[in-house]
Amino acid sequence: MADEALFQFLHSEIIQYINSAETGESENGRCVSKLENMGFRVGQGLIERFTKDTPRFKDELDVMKFICKDFWTSVFKKQIDNLRTNHQGIYVLQDNKFRLLTQLSAGKQYLEHAPKFLAFTCGLVRGALSNLGVKSIVTAEVSVMPACKFQVMIQKI
Amino acid sequence: MAVCIAVIAKENYPLYIRSVPTQGELKFHYTVHTSLDVVEEKISGVGKALADQRELYLGLLYPTEDYKVYGYVTNSKVKFVIVVDSSNASLRDNEIRSMFRKLHNSFTDVMCNPFYNPGDPIQSKSVFFCAHTLSIFYVTIH
Repeated sequence: MADEALFQFLHSEIIQYINSAETGESENGRCVSKLENMGFRVGQGLIERFTKDTPRFKDELDVMKFICKDFWTSVFKKQIDNLRTNHQGIYVLQDNKFRLLTQLSAGKQYLEHAPKFLAFTCGLVRGALSNLGVKSIVTAEVSVMPACKFQVMIQKI
Repeated sequence: MAVCIAVIAKENYPLYIRSVPTQGELKFHYTVHTSLDVVEEKISGVGKALADQRELYLGLLYPTEDYKVYGYVTNSKVKFVIVVDSSNASLRDNEIRSMFRKLHNSFTDVMCNPFYNPGDPIQSKSVFFCAHTLSIFYVTIH
């Protein structure tokens, strides 16, 4: 599938570009938040398209399930492997073979570069949720390379 | 056909509102504003069957003497309101549905436009185009 490769190339090129544009002390933090904001806007647009023909969501969990199944399949060609929640507004989405990390070597060598490759996706999820009326904070963590966990903290109004 | 079309944001402020008889525009603003209460009531779904409220199209919100007001709410809680002349009795439910469908398609295009800022009033030609075709329809019928 050609579009998959295009997305991956574009994504790594964006990271490369933003990384080279930022110089100085706080470069890494700035770079991550820029990518995150980019993802946010993309997520807002995408979810508008994906939910065009779906029935109205019942609750928060229904929204999360949609993100894990339909949204993830459309963007990353696979579903989230594991969704866990404490039923108090924290959701953990686990992907055992995250597509944007598969191009990086699986060892510990590039572990420090992983946050840059996850920032866009964090924003993507946050944007999607915010457009569906769920305000949240999304963080990501990686312990072993192609696997990663996204933690979604819902902000109660 | 349709005499007024409105797109209302999640936070209930108008993103886009156009009506065909431009002299009575304020009246339509009031009509659309009033309809928001009915929309709110319908999507909160008090004492309604679940299957009923899961559809995006809400159907007839309320009829007035001269007009009928129809509503539609997207998953992102953006509301569409279409006001139709009630003298036009031949208008079927699925025609209204397809009008909303078109409007929703145009709205998604606007949302996916990278130069559009979510939450800003819509000035894009896309929705205008859609509203335009609907109002042209109105002119040819009468």
